[in-house]
Amino acid sequence: MSIDKDKIKHVSKLARISVDEKKIDGLTKDLTSIFKFIEQLNELNTEKVKPLSSILNEPLRSREDKIDDGKMRDKILENSPKKNEEFFVVPKVIE
Amino acid sequence: MSKENSNFLIDGEKGKWEVVIGLEVHAQVTSNSKLFSGSSTKFGAEPNTQVSLVDSAFPGMLPVINEYCVKQAVKTGLGLNAKINPYSVFDRKNYFYADLPQGYQISQFKHPIVGEGEITLDLPNGSKKVGIERLHLEQDAGKSIHDLDPSNTFVDLNRSGVALMEIVSKPDMRSPDEVNAYVKKLRSIMRYLGTCDGNMQEGSLRADVNVSVRKEGDKKLGTRCEIKNVNSIKFMQMAIIYEAQRQVELLESGKTIDQETRLFDTKKNETRSMRSKEDAHDYRYFPDPDLLPLSLDKELIEKIKKDLPELPDQKKERFIKDYSLSAYEANVLVSEKEISDYFEEVVKTSDIKLAKNWIMGDFFASLNEKNISISESPVTAKKMAQLIDSISSGTISGRTAKEVFEIMKETGEEPNKIIESKGLQQKSDPKELEGIIDNVISENKDKVEQYKSGKDKLFGFFVGQVMKVSGGKANPQLVNDILKKKLK
Amino acid sequence: MSDITKKSLTEIIRLIKKKEIKSVEVTTSFIDNIKNDKKLNSFITNCNEQALEKAKSFDKNPKLDQLLPGVPIAVKDLFCTNGTKTTAGSKMLENFIPNYESTITNNLWNEGAFLLGKLNCDEYAMGSSNETSYFGNVMNPIAENTVPGGSSGGSASALAAELTPTTIGTDTGGSIRQPASFTGIVGLKPTYGLCSRWGIVAFASSLDQAGPMTKTVEDCALMLEAMAGFDKKDSTSINKKKENYSKNLTDNIKGLKIGIPKEYRVDGMPKEIDKLWESGKSLLKDAGAEIIDISLPNTKYALPTYYIVAPAEASSNLARYDGVKYGFRSSKGNNLIEMYENTRSEGFGDEVKRRILIGTYVLSSGYYDAYYIKAQKVRQLIKNDFDQSFKKVDAILTPSTPSAAFKIGEKKDDPISMYLNDIFTVPVNLAGIPAISIPAGFDQNKYPLGLQLIGNTLEEQKLLNIAFAAEKKINFKQDLNKWWEK
Repeated sequence: MSIDKDKIKHVSKLARISVDEKKIDGLTKDLTSIFKFIEQLNELNTEKVKPLSSILNEPLRSREDKIDDGKMRDKILENSPKKNEEFFVVPKVIE
Repeated sequence: MSKENSNFLIDGEKGKWEVVIGLEVHAQVTSNSKLFSGSSTKFGAEPNTQVSLVDSAFPGMLPVINEYCVKQAVKTGLGLNAKINPYSVFDRKNYFYADLPQGYQISQFKHPIVGEGEITLDLPNGSKKVGIERLHLEQDAGKSIHDLDPSNTFVDLNRSGVALMEIVSKPDMRSPDEVNAYVKKLRSIMRYLGTCDGNMQEGSLRADVNVSVRKEGDKKLGTRCEIKNVNSIKFMQMAIIYEAQRQVELLESGKTIDQETRLFDTKKNETRSMRSKEDAHDYRYFPDPDLLPLSLDKELIEKIKKDLPELPDQKKERFIKDYSLSAYEANVLVSEKEISDYFEEVVKTSDIKLAKNWIMGDFFASLNEKNISISESPVTAKKMAQLIDSISSGTISGRTAKEVFEIMKETGEEPNKIIESKGLQQKSDPKELEGIIDNVISENKDKVEQYKSGKDKLFGFFVGQVMKVSGGKANPQLVNDILKKKLK
Repeated sequence: MSDITKKSLTEIIRLIKKKEIKSVEVTTSFIDNIKNDKKLNSFITNCNEQALEKAKSFDKNPKLDQLLPGVPIAVKDLFCTNGTKTTAGSKMLENFIPNYESTITNNLWNEGAFLLGKLNCDEYAMGSSNETSYFGNVMNPIAENTVPGGSSGGSASALAAELTPTTIGTDTGGSIRQPASFTGIVGLKPTYGLCSRWGIVAFASSLDQAGPMTKTVEDCALMLEAMAGFDKKDSTSINKKKENYSKNLTDNIKGLKIGIPKEYRVDGMPKEIDKLWESGKSLLKDAGAEIIDISLPNTKYALPTYYIVAPAEASSNLARYDGVKYGFRSSKGNNLIEMYENTRSEGFGDEVKRRILIGTYVLSSGYYDAYYIKAQKVRQLIKNDFDQSFKKVDAILTPSTPSAAFKIGEKKDDPISMYLNDIFTVPVNLAGIPAISIPAGFDQNKYPLGLQLIGNTLEEQKLLNIAFAAEKKINFKQDLNKWWEK
């Protein structure tokens, strides 16, 4: 697959990372070589293989429907970049 | 019972158009704690007080699934006559938003917990089956509050991580009325099962509505638009009508419909396109590596099936049979489990006909008047039964009972006590009544002559006189019988 | 007592239990060495004062019936430690102080140990040379300007330089075993699910595992015993009874079968690596084991598979670093989207961004089947290869790394050549099985080289025993001239 600047811009938008114009060429080069490397997998015929669904051979464990967490607002908000006693605060979305 | 028995059509300039509707309902699961964390799910708590480290996605936090939420989803699936999938997978739905702390929502994409099913709608002109495509479990997001500050959005994560069941219907609905019946039925089933309280004002039930149109008689589906997050049935209906018109106008003027996501503006009563959601379509679903596939035992599913309470449709059939109710009456009395429980308790001891009339009439009116629920009404089933028994036994007349009920609904007093203290008992002693009647007859000899010579209408006069003398307490049935005999 | 810091963990504990030394003495000795960390740059945060306090209070009332009584331990800065900065080697978490403790570190503290400091690592555990940390490169104590390996480079360096008696790291594609090989120490990646991931900054959820990094195999067994255990807060934690790895450690491996996978002999492999491998075979034979040739046919596809699965999971795991709840938030940006984009561009380093982009790509619409699903299929094949082999053998012997430590900056410009460092270690993570690297020899520059032993699921005891036997025969000795103290 060819990696071009447009694809990189599209993917970086999905990942919410802005890419420096100056760095785009280097990034394109690196990603192209990385993708060439990972495309080695196409050498293998995996038609009849089921993808690995879980590395563990166990069923999903569940917990009881008990309220044993939360009620720790101060702890939760302690590390907020923008301090507020009740809420997380972020710049507005333009709707 | 026909699939296409609705005749709701849009009159376009160039012909009639059919509206095709599918619903994706998001129902909050009734549970104590969240789907993947132990925080409380109670509505109305102070902001961010029901949030754990897991809910707010701190580094190193991991999900552990709530077994009760799984059971609730299975119960609901069974209530929808749907296939329960013994193997299902939780996938991450990746996108960015302020009220989505993980940057992904844990949901189910390729392998949902419940497969195809169907429910029956109760419509005024019959019933109709609507198909269910699937039901899956997923996390709810938090709340973004935009209007507390001009340049900032405030985020409350109390709701983040609460379990939701997403129920996807097949595009089988054809009118706003059918949508109304569908949501009502779905809600009723979940309330019966106790899996969702269906409280739309509190946001326990919301829907995305998919609308497309096609020329009457056409079999192919048109391009659909999705109207997101409509939280009342009325708005759903308004949105559908507006959207269908909008699409018809576009198509008739030669344009095409863009498949897009829209919002319903409740103030302007119109749908409009949502901006900046283009990237949101690439959710990059993949199985959540912090969880393993969910396996449900056959035994577990069987046990849940066995323990299911009687559902509205079954109850309706039983009511019609056991209580000789009409389909309409049965519908009303099973529409809420509370109502059907109340009715059944009353008719355990008391007359069915009186019970259904009093409950559907005066009792419901009293609830509406005070805007309260059955459980909030002072007229308990026991007291209602007592009132009805006092009518059946002849202790009071139907008219008197209405007086007694007026007092009961305000004070919650027992009817027998009210009757006692106000001396409202009917006069039912034949000897006493005979005495009164004899007096009335002897004081109105001329009228008796007129009656005997053909003026039948005068019977009412005599009844009236007896009532006057007895202060309205004479047993009307007995008065009738005795008068008839004496006036022969 | 002199030379406390030279002693093994086991020896230090023995002396503490016999009351021949106090925890304060031990702690002070290591703190003295930490004073000279500047050139190595293995520490991001040091907790000298708090550690000394803890040592003093231990000595006042020593509880000797524990696995790690009075032992100060510095840990990789990927483990969330309550009240102590946890950075994951990133600007994004530069000032993040968790108010919770990871299960693994909590397990250590419950056995009598306490925190000595937080060790440098590649940013978000992504790297093989500790050259991607926001807090600067770490140097390998074996020689100036050499890399210690990564991502647990700080851990390996601090341990080899005697700045901590033992340490723990995390291993997603080789991040414990490769730096262990480069610095001449022992490093173990346990079976996936044996050690809890709760409270560890996540990189790739289906691959990450915490593990011990120690001077000796005996120390390693002891550390694993303290670390391992079921954690109900982690849905991928295995519910099994705890084992006494250190009590049951033995060098009697008579009759055990050791597999030699032919596919690990790669083209252009340096002669000295080959020689080392051969010597490993013969010493295990000497110890009573049987050497058997095996085949792991899909080995060469492990690295490409890893570089699809790991970035994919990472791209999703790192989405939570958005400047909203904690960590760095950019001051630029007028609305939410701009805030996200600036925060994540400024907060993450280049390697992390590169991997997030790769991961986002391989999960995106149109590419998911061709890349992600394909990789999961190949992953199944790789696992099958191991499952088949373990029907015939008890463990597998391979080199740990394709070379010894290289110079700082040597491989920075070529991502693929950097990724190739993990060629022998990565298949193990994909299969979820345990593996240990023990120092086995030197290259022509006298840089250490490691041998890797791979075991079957949950067979850590057997694996440790074989490593123990090999270690005895190898008798590895490393005398570092402490250039960083000058």
